Amino acid sequence: MELLIQIIFVLISTLILGAAVMVVRTRNVIHSALWLIASFFGIGALYLLLEAEFLAIAQVLIYVGAISVLILFAIMLTHNVTSGEGHKFYQRWWLALLVSLMLFAVILVPTLVGQDWTITARPSEESAIAGAVEMGTAFMREYLLPFEIAAVLLLVALTGAIVIAYEERAQRRRILTLAQELALRKQQQQNHAEE
Amino acid sequence: MLINYPFIAVFFIASVIFPFIPLIMGYLVAPKRPTEGKKSTYECGLEAIGDIWVQFRVQYYLYAIAFVVFDVEVVFLYPWAVSFGQIGVFALIAMSIFLLILVASLIYDWRKGALEWI
Amino acid sequence: MDDIVVQVLIMLVQVVVLVLAISTGFAYLTLFERRLLARMQNRVGPNRAGPGGFLQPAADAVKLFFKEDVIPTLVDRGVYLLAPALAVIPALLIWAVIPFGCLNIAGDYQACFADPATNPNLHNIFQLADIDIGVLYLLAITSIGVYGITLAGWASNSKYAMLGGIRASAQLISYELALSSAVLAAVMMAGTLSTHEVIYQQMTMWFVIPQLLGFVLFLISGTAELVRAPFDLVEAEQELTSGYNAEYGSMKFALFFMSEYIKMIAISAIAVTLYLGGWNAPGLELLGSLMTGMAGPLVGSIAVGLASFLVFLVKVVLILFLFVWMRASWPRVRYDKLMYMGWKWLLPLALLNVAMTAVFVVVLPDALIHSVALFVASLVVMAVAYVVSSRVKPAPSRSRIKMVQPEVPRRPSS
Repeated sequence: MELLIQIIFVLISTLILGAAVMVVRTRNVIHSALWLIASFFGIGALYLLLEAEFLAIAQVLIYVGAISVLILFAIMLTHNVTSGEGHKFYQRWWLALLVSLMLFAVILVPTLVGQDWTITARPSEESAIAGAVEMGTAFMREYLLPFEIAAVLLLVALTGAIVIAYEERAQRRRILTLAQELALRKQQQQNHAEE
Repeated sequence: MLINYPFIAVFFIASVIFPFIPLIMGYLVAPKRPTEGKKSTYECGLEAIGDIWVQFRVQYYLYAIAFVVFDVEVVFLYPWAVSFGQIGVFALIAMSIFLLILVASLIYDWRKGALEWI
Repeated sequence: MDDIVVQVLIMLVQVVVLVLAISTGFAYLTLFERRLLARMQNRVGPNRAGPGGFLQPAADAVKLFFKEDVIPTLVDRGVYLLAPALAVIPALLIWAVIPFGCLNIAGDYQACFADPATNPNLHNIFQLADIDIGVLYLLAITSIGVYGITLAGWASNSKYAMLGGIRASAQLISYELALSSAVLAAVMMAGTLSTHEVIYQQMTMWFVIPQLLGFVLFLISGTAELVRAPFDLVEAEQELTSGYNAEYGSMKFALFFMSEYIKMIAISAIAVTLYLGGWNAPGLELLGSLMTGMAGPLVGSIAVGLASFLVFLVKVVLILFLFVWMRASWPRVRYDKLMYMGWKWLLPLALLNVAMTAVFVVVLPDALIHSVALFVASLVVMAVAYVVSSRVKPAPSRSRIKMVQPEVPRRPSS
């Protein structure tokens, strides 16, 4: 059984890593997005292997089902980017290399070195918050504040998107926001009344 | 009931294989006599003109953003939905704050005209 | 060791039977729809192949196999061939957690009707996997169904297909929200995410009574999620020449067709499971005890299993009938109205339903009382929504463009 789980783990992580490499390797942006979806999906499977079923489903629901759609829409909002033309290396490739090396050194190396890789006994059943019911109770007790702050964060995200989109829209075509339209309508009514 | 996941895994493999069976069978038995005309893209019987890549309206993106936000909200609500009976009135109050903040964002969307489709 | 081999064998048989049953169900659903639509439109429908048109699906399949397999030159080959498969896979995957009956092979029939929390001795072979988060699994799989259509539209490299695909994805994500919020209220009533337990919670009362509003919202958004009439904007023949599948032919087209119909059965099955009591019906327990008394626990269990499957089938066919009836009765809605309805009606109503359910369940702890209260409240909300919606002026969004008119010089006042 252990061996089977290890085989599955290796398969899933190969899928995740391979897909992630393909995301940066392919020239076509839509293909990149597809590989990214595959990678997200693999991470969901990995959560399932860790027996965190709620997290696994949430990963599929949010990352595969929602964020990726957003990414696809964002690509389709741009001009034609799928033609496959482009530089193989951008001019400042060395900067990108530097940044990624630094990130690797700062984030991954301490984790890899500092982690105690010997597997101790499994955590007791009570301490694990993996099921939906336990999670819901925890949201209402220990994690109430982060939970409400998440709502504020979502509100900010939505508002920000609208503000940015409307700025762009106002430049692209002359379509009015509701407030402007109401003002215009009022003015027209006044004009009408004057007549 | 994690014991049930192997079933899902096997079913997943079966459903991934399943659509390719008719595809491959169709590929094997179907006649193939392609001509230029057959293989051209349909456009009302005329020659296809221009690129399909038009810049889509920002509206689609706004809907997608709103969708992500509310989807995350719904995912947050599900654990609460199965446990709120045990916690009672406190859960009700905590969740109503959460919901009110989100309803505020929906109202903002609405008033700003982001939900309009022009 | 032998035990594991037997388990694995049962699992494989279950999987194969399930996949075959779904594809048969799909084939006969097409016949069912065509015959029914024909009746509703005062026609006869396909009745030549076999008795009463019974072999029509087989004839269709054979025809589609021998259709020429054209792959247009300009398509993105990989994604173009992958898209039909991506449409079918989620449609099939939905079925993994749906209980379409209760046949306990581990013991007697009573395990089906006992509290699942205290009774782990249930091995129901009419449900592939009873996972703790079954309802969320359903939603997650529904949410990845959008890719088949979107990618088909993009990969076809045709303007109609692209427009159809992008319209579809915006429509699907909009109605998915309403769908998951409607389901949320049913989950709140049940207090569990396991599909078997949801059915157990409905032993005393089907959720369609307290969740009447939720059920209606579920059916509307489910129809939109299926991109079926009256929400089949995606494949509007007149404007988009069938939309995302314009460049697809032969078996590749058949797969899209198949995914739509499999999803249609699946959505009906979800509606039955969440709102109409699943495979359960009054009298099943009586049947079980009678058969157990006559011929022993195994026969009793099998009798209950087959009867519950039949009950499930009848309920699903009723909902399918409703879907076909809707298609025959209503014209297609306009796209802006579709989005308008999803975001400005269904989503707020679904959130209201959630709030309503939460308040009633907490304030009135007695199940019967809060169910009745919720039923009345649902009726009131629907009546108010109907009145308000019939008073709202049509197409408010159109007026905005007209507002920005060139200024007409005023008539000189005489």
